[in-house]
Amino acid sequence: MNVLNSYRTGPDERGHFGIHGGRFVAETLMPNILALEEAYNAARVDPEFAREMDGYLAHYVGRPSALYYAERLTEHLGGAKIYLKREELNHTGSHKVNNVLGQILLARRMGKERIIAETGAGQHGVAAATLCARFGLKCIVYMGAVDVERQKPNVFRMNMLGAEVVPVQSGSRTLKDAMNEALRDWVTNVHDTFYCIGTVAGPHPYPAMVRDFQSIIGRETRAQLLEMEGRGPDSLIAAVGGGSNALGLFHEFLDDPEVEIFGVEAAGRGVSSGEHAASITGGRPGVLHGNRTYLLMDGDGQISEAHSISAGLDYPGIGPEHSYLHDVGRVTYLPCTDDEALEGFQLLAKLEGIIPALECAHAIGKVMEIAPGKPKDHIMVVSLSGRGDKDIFTVAEHLGGRL
Amino acid sequence: MTRIATRFAALATEGRPGLVTFITAGDPDGATSLAILKALPEAGADVIELGVPFTDPMADGPAIQAAGLRALRNGQTLARTLEMVRAFRAGDDATPIILMGYYNPIYIYGVERFLGDARAAGVDGLIVVDLPPEEDDELCLPALAAGLDFIRLATPTTDEKRLPAVLRHTAGFVYYVSITGITGSATPDATLVSQAVTRIKKHTDLPVAVGFGVRTPEQARAIAAGADAVVVGSALVEAVRTSLDAEGAATPQTTETVLSLVRDLSAAVRTVKRQSAA
Repeated sequence: MNVLNSYRTGPDERGHFGIHGGRFVAETLMPNILALEEAYNAARVDPEFAREMDGYLAHYVGRPSALYYAERLTEHLGGAKIYLKREELNHTGSHKVNNVLGQILLARRMGKERIIAETGAGQHGVAAATLCARFGLKCIVYMGAVDVERQKPNVFRMNMLGAEVVPVQSGSRTLKDAMNEALRDWVTNVHDTFYCIGTVAGPHPYPAMVRDFQSIIGRETRAQLLEMEGRGPDSLIAAVGGGSNALGLFHEFLDDPEVEIFGVEAAGRGVSSGEHAASITGGRPGVLHGNRTYLLMDGDGQISEAHSISAGLDYPGIGPEHSYLHDVGRVTYLPCTDDEALEGFQLLAKLEGIIPALECAHAIGKVMEIAPGKPKDHIMVVSLSGRGDKDIFTVAEHLGGRL
Repeated sequence: MTRIATRFAALATEGRPGLVTFITAGDPDGATSLAILKALPEAGADVIELGVPFTDPMADGPAIQAAGLRALRNGQTLARTLEMVRAFRAGDDATPIILMGYYNPIYIYGVERFLGDARAAGVDGLIVVDLPPEEDDELCLPALAAGLDFIRLATPTTDEKRLPAVLRHTAGFVYYVSITGITGSATPDATLVSQAVTRIKKHTDLPVAVGFGVRTPEQARAIAAGADAVVVGSALVEAVRTSLDAEGAATPQTTETVLSLVRDLSAAVRTVKRQSAA
């Protein structure tokens, strides 16, 4: 394989990461997407925009988020020294707020007053509803009817925050269908509406823009670790649905060749069962929701229904930059089953007093597998992307208990 | 001349706008769908759009979404859709057929193989909703090289600045999307549509067909008065749905329900006289 000079230069001006990415959308949306790109390119170099972002990140979101040495988990697993990047301590309880803040400030600059969003677990929906409340914007959140049922606490939160949650009844009634419905709304209300996408996917410039807004995770991690350990990490690990928390942590370190990087895909009931959401492990490149990327599909190019215990990972695709990082071999993508994630969920709760979201419990599930094989001076950083309060009903059901 | 160019030239000579009918291939099942397809020209369809079912039709409203899912449940694939076109061509070598759908099934079939098979089957043109000019390298340019027309959608958001880029590699005709929205949703305003068609015609000599949201013979007549052709889709697909039995299967009425609407639409469109339809 050719060794590239940098893994951090993408995308190209047409939004491609290798063969992935692009702008596969209906003509009605193209002028909006080009206007968004222009507005983002202007904002990203505008010191005033950066100042505004930094202010809200510090005083509203509560950044920097802690980097926490998980001492008991480390002792229990007996290998790598494990640090948790505590994104679940952010306002709204997950990393999603970093990106939503950026997009909402951008929407304000563009004069858009109606915000739409898709959500799976509801973390992005809650973050969008929160910032819309903060800035007095109208907020409509599309959420699969199945997810509305399994993530009730977040639906309630969104309603409290003044957002309208629209249950989506089409298709598999999960995140994929919520995104279809959000795109249909955008096509219909293109003049006054800003589509706030929750992950590093969709048409260019979304994958790059969302990554940039999330990259603060990796930048803080580098600085915090330097202070605590006097050096950088040896490995990084994060769960990947669309992959925004993962890319937020990884991007800073892509050009540090000594850093091993693991993305964890949801393997549901096992990749061989066919009931999973592991797009890279079990899929192939195709085109959906505005970008080319690894997707789960049948031989006719029809998109398959994903399965995961975690609503936030229950999506048959992945962000295009992850697909690229897989193709060039920079990041290793590993599947983690529902059962392994449930073990991670319980272990972290019992040993560290932290109830993780089911999404990042997948990362913990793989830490349990990888960390014991590493030496004690190996520093591993795990993205703890969200808190698990929303998942207690799902977990109780799977463990045979009742709340 | 291609079948599309020949048909629009004939409409211009007749001095009337054309009727473009959309049905979803394989809806509700392969045999019924083929029977409808074969009978469309006789019922008054001048040009046929054959929808290629896709699980995630982002630009389509509930009617066409449901039609695609009915077809997929009954085993429709892109290969079977091409087979339908081949069967149609055995009895009709004049009516243009345009495949309309989304890129992924074509991408997975393989672009080169698809273009060869589509042309051999008798397909005349392609409308692929999620391929804007920015992605012309994917399918538009290879399709034109293979002798298939690539018909682009122009929309109310396609401004003067962008229109030349949209029209640059468009062939066959231009499909003007009459509303900002998904198929079968809002009702287009005939006056605004007519103005938009006039605007587009300043940039191209191609015929302009107008669709999205045209449901009734009256609407078809009003829209056709300001365009070279009018497209009706959701209403025909909805006619399929209303004719199905409780299990969603075709009934003896299915074919006739669709064709009777096509006849009414055609009669309405044929009352419109145009000075120059090209």
